[in-house]
Amino acid sequence: MTPQIDVITLLFSSIFTSNILLANFLGMCSFIAISKDIKSANGLGIAVIVVLTLTNALNWGVLQLLKMWGMEYLAFIVFIIVIAAVVQVLEMVIDRVSPALYMSLGIFLPLITVNCAIMGGALFMQIRSYDFIQSTAFGFGSGVGWWLAIVALSAIRGKIEKNPIPLGLQGPGITLIIIGFMAMAFTGFSGMLPVQ
Amino acid sequence: MSQTTFAGNLKDNLWTNNPVFVQILGICSTLAVTNSLINTGIMTIALVIVTGLSSWAISLIRELVPRKVRMITQVVIISFFVILVDIFLNAYLPDIRKNLAAYVGLIITNCIVMGRMEAFGQQNKPLISLWDGMTSGLGYAAVLLTLAFFRELLGFGTLFNIPILPIYDAATDTGWFIPWAIMVTPASAFFMLAGLIWIVKSIMNRQSKAVIAAQAGAAPTGSPATTTVPGGKK
Repeated sequence: MTPQIDVITLLFSSIFTSNILLANFLGMCSFIAISKDIKSANGLGIAVIVVLTLTNALNWGVLQLLKMWGMEYLAFIVFIIVIAAVVQVLEMVIDRVSPALYMSLGIFLPLITVNCAIMGGALFMQIRSYDFIQSTAFGFGSGVGWWLAIVALSAIRGKIEKNPIPLGLQGPGITLIIIGFMAMAFTGFSGMLPVQ
Repeated sequence: MSQTTFAGNLKDNLWTNNPVFVQILGICSTLAVTNSLINTGIMTIALVIVTGLSSWAISLIRELVPRKVRMITQVVIISFFVILVDIFLNAYLPDIRKNLAAYVGLIITNCIVMGRMEAFGQQNKPLISLWDGMTSGLGYAAVLLTLAFFRELLGFGTLFNIPILPIYDAATDTGWFIPWAIMVTPASAFFMLAGLIWIVKSIMNRQSKAVIAAQAGAAPTGSPATTTVPGGKK
């Protein structure tokens, strides 16, 4: 991938064709655990969009500083600390500004620190050397892609809840098969875009 | 559970409580590289080392760290070991590191590492924590290497980049194997993992049924509804 892709293409490719979850397998843990009902899936998805956009923008700035000082090898540790800090601050701000929102969104925030998708967003941004606008767009797009995937999955899981599923496949087994079909469906989007 | 003896711990982490089959933890960072055995091998070795050493380190300082800051302490410890692994790969295996790209860094957010630190390293002595971390990593490695074996064999007809199955070539009319395109796509990893989980869970269910039957002795076996509980509950 060349670094000079226009932002709209990048946005769409990160939502659909190279969906962070279905093509890159990031954020699977909470994806399987939380997707049982659609309400919490939606809450977690929105939290991921917000945090991923914010941290990707911030991490881009931090990465430039590290590059300036020639300490790029510290990137991993700095990224994860930035993520943890953003999540912590966001939690406090939401708690103060809107207790109602905190009740619905706040419980998901701590989960997000260890969500691979957030860290993955930062690392992809580093490797593909995006500029600031691209990084932010990529963060936002990946967040939306993740949200879309988890809401869709929880809706499907709700539908098949009462179906007779072989004992060994119940729970994670059948969920993985559904995710597999979703991954195939999303691969179908790749015809839409000129890149990749 | 026999978690605190070395042998019991090994069996527990490889089979009875395998992190992937039973807990569905940590598939994020490594599933993506399972279409090649070499990459998967390197990643899982890195994971075994990081999980073991991080558990060991947190166990060493477990009495000094206040509960409130333990999460961030754990994250910093993990990042430290992952950076070491990354620097090592960069120095000795630069090509492979280029293939793995972002996924080495993602070991930091692999749930298994943190899960073992939190569940085991935090409460146990250093040496057994090291062992526990490494066996958990091995349980995970076993699953992913199985996946990678089939994905690489059926997707490219190779193992460790060595051609195994003769690929059909229309021009010269040699070979007979047509690579399965689906095995290269991400979807196949999900399907294969689901299949593996199905097989393993069915075996586990049968085993626990056998145990129940043995315990019941001469008494008649219970209704299907009661015997199906143990495996499914996990």
